[in-house]
Amino acid sequence: MSLVVAESITKDYRVGEVVVPALRGVSFAIDPASFVSFIGPSGSGKTTLLNLIGCLDAPTSGRMTVAGMDVGSLDRRQGAAFRGANIGFIFQDFNLLPVLTAYENIEYPLLMVRNVPPEERRRRVTELLEAVGMADQAGKRPDQLSGGQKQRVAVARALVAEPKVVLADEPTANLDSRTARTVIELMKTMRDQRRTTFIFSTHDQKLATEVEVLFRLEDGLLQSRRNGEE
Amino acid sequence: MTDLYKIALRNLLRYKRRTLLTASLITVGVVFVLIFVAVSGSFKAMMIGQITDSMMGHIQIHKKGYVASIDNLPLNLNLKSQAFARMDELLRSRKDIEASSPRLKFGGLFSNFAESTNVRLNGVYPEREFKTVPLLTSRITEGKKTIGKGEILIPALLAKGMKVKVGDPVVIVATNQDGSVNGKQFVVAGILEGVTGPGGRDGYIHIEDAAELLRMPALEISEIAIRLKDFDRLRPAFQEITKQLEAEFRKDDKFPLEIHTWEGLSPFFNIARMLDVMTFFIKLMLVALVLISVMNVMVMAVYERIREIGTMAAIGTPPGKILSLFMLEGLSLGVLGAITGGAAGFALLSVLNLSRITFDFGLQKGLLLRASVNPMDFVAIALIVILVSVVASLEPAFKASRMEPIVALRHV
Repeated sequence: MSLVVAESITKDYRVGEVVVPALRGVSFAIDPASFVSFIGPSGSGKTTLLNLIGCLDAPTSGRMTVAGMDVGSLDRRQGAAFRGANIGFIFQDFNLLPVLTAYENIEYPLLMVRNVPPEERRRRVTELLEAVGMADQAGKRPDQLSGGQKQRVAVARALVAEPKVVLADEPTANLDSRTARTVIELMKTMRDQRRTTFIFSTHDQKLATEVEVLFRLEDGLLQSRRNGEE
Repeated sequence: MTDLYKIALRNLLRYKRRTLLTASLITVGVVFVLIFVAVSGSFKAMMIGQITDSMMGHIQIHKKGYVASIDNLPLNLNLKSQAFARMDELLRSRKDIEASSPRLKFGGLFSNFAESTNVRLNGVYPEREFKTVPLLTSRITEGKKTIGKGEILIPALLAKGMKVKVGDPVVIVATNQDGSVNGKQFVVAGILEGVTGPGGRDGYIHIEDAAELLRMPALEISEIAIRLKDFDRLRPAFQEITKQLEAEFRKDDKFPLEIHTWEGLSPFFNIARMLDVMTFFIKLMLVALVLISVMNVMVMAVYERIREIGTMAAIGTPPGKILSLFMLEGLSLGVLGAITGGAAGFALLSVLNLSRITFDFGLQKGLLLRASVNPMDFVAIALIVILVSVVASLEPAFKASRMEPIVALRHV
């Protein structure tokens, strides 16, 4: 059974009096534990699509199902609860909370969203800090970390609540190519270890070779799908 | 909640200068209100003390209609001796009354054998009077601090105007109830410093001399002044005394007495009330100051952290927790301002008291300012500040919690 199913998704934005179509009837399905990328130029609809999967936004028409839930039908509170339980986010600008240390940033979803007991929190955060190679930087705040280190912390934060799917919008856009490759490798390793589905967007053609399933988007339409073995 | 509070505090510390500035503003406001409350409270307490302890007592009992005609000192509205005796017994049985003093008040002619002028006099039992209005002795600037039979205490202005000194003989002439006139010679026992307020420039003689001068076959009483052991119990004591006297003296639905606290007799009560009104408005200004300061900071905090709010919401933080986070920041600002304001306020009050500042009240010179704040007043001010801080952060916090994550994440 597919983890993410998009059926004839359209999304229009209104800019003043003008309606701008961002997605124009997109359908696809993503299996659990996949490593998927949406690739395409700026304005092709990658971010919009990730926002719809992450129930941050609702489609204009069509149906988006994540883990069996029609995410377009959720209200604000239900959406927050669903995201907290099922979805992890990695942002292009890392979006770590500046007043929290690396450890506390990773701990945040367990503390503020999932109410996990302290012992369990400590175990999971320590394990992930080790896994992303940031154990020795645990006490540092975001402004004391490099871009690559921040994104490692962001990956750990996205995974700590053990979501079914992690969405990463241009996770390597603000990193140099070497660090970008390391972060992608890290995400892949995490997928292998935890069987979490990773869906990320990129416009970097070089990273396309790293994924197993690649959707190419152009002008709001899905142009092609390629599986890694193809 | 502890973790949320930790994040709130760190957010406040992140903008140190702004937080300090806002907390300082609240601190200054709290200090200002505390000083005002302390100084005005001290002035009010001193003023009430002067009025009640120098001449009025805390409560007074008269025959019905006497107070309306008090300027004429009517002799036909006196309490008869039998009624007074019953009243006196009743008052002496009350444990909350420190002392009571019957007075026979009348107006007369004061003569130094060369010229004469009007005088208002109180016939009193000296011991009872001095216990009821203990500051009376401190008003005697010259002569004996008591009144014997055949002696008179005269107000300083009268002594000066009539060129009379301690030990001089004087004559008092008074008209009694029947309209006949009688005179009696007295020796000036002491000079009384005048005080502002009703009765502040009256003379004093022994009550038996007054009765003799007025040719009363049986002693009559114009008023009974009462001093309570605990001034703070004025209201309940007044109600209880009124109830007791009503039970004793009401006949055929008519109550022949009128009972007043000092508030109903002295125009200074209005000044005391004005001080209370001013204190209220000063507190209102503090509320406005805190409201505007905290609201300004919180609106800025929300505006500057829109992407952060978006991230928190996207991760799945419930809107209620985002609301709580910003309200805790406002609350912390209020608590910080209240604590530092309280500390600074009390320190300043100590300095003020150590400086031994004096002021004048009416003819009383060099009264020492004893500025102090009731702890409950401070608690009330602190609670107002904290409550207003929370209220001020409510709107920005609500806005933050209602923010669409996708819109917030796009914010530049």
